Amino acid sequence: MRLLERREVSSAELHAAYLDAIGERDDELHCYLRTCEEPSGGGIPIALKDVISTKGIETTAGSRILEGYTPVFDATVAARVKRAGLSILGKTNTDEFAMGSSTENSAWGPSRNPWDPSRVPGGSGGGTAAAVSAGLAPWGLGSDTGGSIKQPSALCGNVGLRPTYGTVSRYGVVAFASSLDQIGPVAKTVRDVALLYSIVAGRDPLDSTTAELREAVALPEGGSLAGVRLAVPKQVGDLDAIEPGVRAAFEAALDTARELGAEVGECDLPLSYRYGMPCYYLVAPAEASSNLARYDGVRYGRRVDGATYGEMVDRTRDEGFGPEPKRRIMLGTYALAAGYYDAFYGQAQKVRTLLIREHRDALEGVDAIVTPTSPTVAFPIGDKAADPLAMYACDLLTIPSCLAGLPGLSIPCGLSDGLPVGLQLIGSQFGENGLFRVGHALEGALGFDTVPECLR
Amino acid sequence: MTWEPVIGLEIHVQLKTRTKMFCRCAVGFGAGQNTQTCPVCLGFPGALPVMNRRAIEWTIKLGLALDCEIAEHAVFARKNYFYPDLPKGYQISQYDLPSCTNGKVLLPSTEGDRTIGIVRAHLEEDAAKTVHVGGRSGRIGGAEASLVDYNRGGTPLVEIVTAPDIKSAEEAKRFLQLLRQTIVELGISDAEMEKGTLRIDANVSVRPTGSDELRTRTEIKNMNSFNFIARGIDAEVERQIGVWESGGEVEQQTYDFDAATGTLTARRSKEEADDYRYFPEPDLVPAEPSAEVVAALRGEIPEPPAARIRRIEPALDLERATVLVTGGLDRLWDETAAAGADGVAAANVIANTLVGAGIDASAVSPAELAKLVGARDRIPRTAFDEAISKIADPGFSADPYLAQEAVSDADELGPVVDRILEENPGQVAAYRGGKEGLLGFFVGQVMKETQGKANPRVVNDLVREKLVAR
Repeated sequence: MRLLERREVSSAELHAAYLDAIGERDDELHCYLRTCEEPSGGGIPIALKDVISTKGIETTAGSRILEGYTPVFDATVAARVKRAGLSILGKTNTDEFAMGSSTENSAWGPSRNPWDPSRVPGGSGGGTAAAVSAGLAPWGLGSDTGGSIKQPSALCGNVGLRPTYGTVSRYGVVAFASSLDQIGPVAKTVRDVALLYSIVAGRDPLDSTTAELREAVALPEGGSLAGVRLAVPKQVGDLDAIEPGVRAAFEAALDTARELGAEVGECDLPLSYRYGMPCYYLVAPAEASSNLARYDGVRYGRRVDGATYGEMVDRTRDEGFGPEPKRRIMLGTYALAAGYYDAFYGQAQKVRTLLIREHRDALEGVDAIVTPTSPTVAFPIGDKAADPLAMYACDLLTIPSCLAGLPGLSIPCGLSDGLPVGLQLIGSQFGENGLFRVGHALEGALGFDTVPECLR
Repeated sequence: MTWEPVIGLEIHVQLKTRTKMFCRCAVGFGAGQNTQTCPVCLGFPGALPVMNRRAIEWTIKLGLALDCEIAEHAVFARKNYFYPDLPKGYQISQYDLPSCTNGKVLLPSTEGDRTIGIVRAHLEEDAAKTVHVGGRSGRIGGAEASLVDYNRGGTPLVEIVTAPDIKSAEEAKRFLQLLRQTIVELGISDAEMEKGTLRIDANVSVRPTGSDELRTRTEIKNMNSFNFIARGIDAEVERQIGVWESGGEVEQQTYDFDAATGTLTARRSKEEADDYRYFPEPDLVPAEPSAEVVAALRGEIPEPPAARIRRIEPALDLERATVLVTGGLDRLWDETAAAGADGVAAANVIANTLVGAGIDASAVSPAELAKLVGARDRIPRTAFDEAISKIADPGFSADPYLAQEAVSDADELGPVVDRILEENPGQVAAYRGGKEGLLGFFVGQVMKETQGKANPRVVNDLVREKLVAR
């Protein structure tokens, strides 16, 4: 940015330089589904996850059923980054309809982790995360339903923010689970994340669920955590799913926080860790089953012809949807079925209310709840692809606060066997500025080198 | 055993808001196919609905006019089903928490006011329109292709559901006339069946007279006028009575009524029950109108038609009062009567002559109309008819017509009457044989002969006199 401001480099040169890097490295990493040859603005380039509608640029959400679909309108976030002068580099890979934690569910093949290309970058926003990590984009936007920004940011050693539900417009973002989907920034530093957040956040008349920010975004300064109170959920200590290497890096980061003056205490989220996952896997598929009903081959995207309307729709969906969307449509359809609604979707909504309350209580007098972002580091491609439940467990730590609608910031906090470990900071509603402050101070003290070792 | 019908109605009313329910596309009739569409009403990926505030307010207004409770917290839900006219794969509709519940309509009848319960009035979006090409009569069966026009998709639609309180086809028709007038007067819809802005389904069952059981009901659809609705209900009531009396069992079924043949055709029955998998629409927030807004809307509700029927009935009779009110003519009648015209004569002129001549009642000066009504028997028929045809013209004055006198002189009219009677000996004989209805024929002939200048009352008396005298 300084180079741009001093006019030592032009936006077009920057755009071209990134395209060169993409041309060089993306055959291997497969971060991008398509790139834009011409810069769309005079500012810094940006990568957009392929769930974000971009006028005139094919948008597939990682699905065959949207193959060839070119939106006639920009998502509000795309319009806002364009208005800010950012230049769209391309559309990045994602698990199909953002359903997954590794990008292996992308109809267009998985992306690879720049730290170790035999491993996944996380997901669903693995394309953006890998691109930022590998220097194929300075920053990008992702979408997060149960961890799709935070988890890949952790696995690729980036900073990622899932904002408070309702602070960033979902208009034009291909919907997965409407009551959970949030758009957010991914970058190499907390300050960049805060800056990009300030560009996209704020009420949008086209999305009724958005609200005005309570306070302007403040770019974080300073390195002290004096007076800051952090709380680690008791339950985190008992979770066997957390790898020892992840735990060690997390504990070390907590020590750093203490050295900076933070007080690290405990909080209690018993319901969140017990019922968060089952609750999420009722709410999200239920909404998805309805959101994905529009892909019928009638108006746009892929159509597989049939003798009748019904046959055409059946064939289109059969060939257009991959196994994970099909699985979730099935799950969700059952969860909403007459006679099951009260037991499943209705019950899950009640649980959700309890989780909101539990988080509110836990955040009473606390600046942020801290946990590891992901229980594991990046795993080898293919490791969990055949086991949906193991894949779902990747989001064990990110899901509860998503259900509660709270902001979560993931920052890299160390390495385990040479792979990045993420630390998750969860704040109160509209508490982004506080998360930026804590994240920025920790980031400075931890001194994590975001450039993958193999690229240095 | 005698049987009584049990009838409930489901009424869909398209609101005439400027824009659609959840997007800014124009609401309209007759625009080029698929020209009033956008990413929202076409269900493009990522497009989100935004509530039309006016549609909510109008629904509340309707609810207030139907004496409903207005929800402080109304919620839109998704009704999930697949059909090409439903671009999102779900319809956004109020479901378990609608804007209006628990209302009633008072229906003046000769046995006092009948109360028809309103179970609910809820807001939803209309579906698009499917056009089947090829095959027979525009039906999907045998069609070569189906095309969808999404212009209508997303139009605000209020569904009103009555309790099964209606006891006859005739009562259903009177209820609908009253309801339609209420809607039109609120200014929220044209409520025209031929344009599809008003659509009605009837739920019909029968039971032994006096019992309070509810037997299996059937649904009748596809009726495009109030008269066809009444005929469809009558046909279905008759069919069901036949089924029960022959020892059969009425089955739950949906029928189309064919007005041309008067027959009911069962729709192909569905293999499985509908499961719309309703859940609250997560893309919208609840509609929570403030008490001030509801109070302000309440202040905009005109005097209900039923109350107006009761108010003007004493000067007329129930039927005339109902015709005037449901025709939107009672205000003109009120003012014409206030200007000195005889009530019954004014009602007849307004409901028959004015309507028959296609005159816009709102453009008529009550004072001038009152003068004409008062002079109707005195001035020549031709003058009266000409005056009526011009009465809605700006600056119309009745005075030039009032200056004309009809021929009332019996000496002048007598020979004409005599000639007419002589020319029609057959009719004269028939009249004398008891066919007294022929009086009008003779009067008409005389009026024709005098080119409408005779005073019909004098002619009437003369004809009668001479028929008896001979």
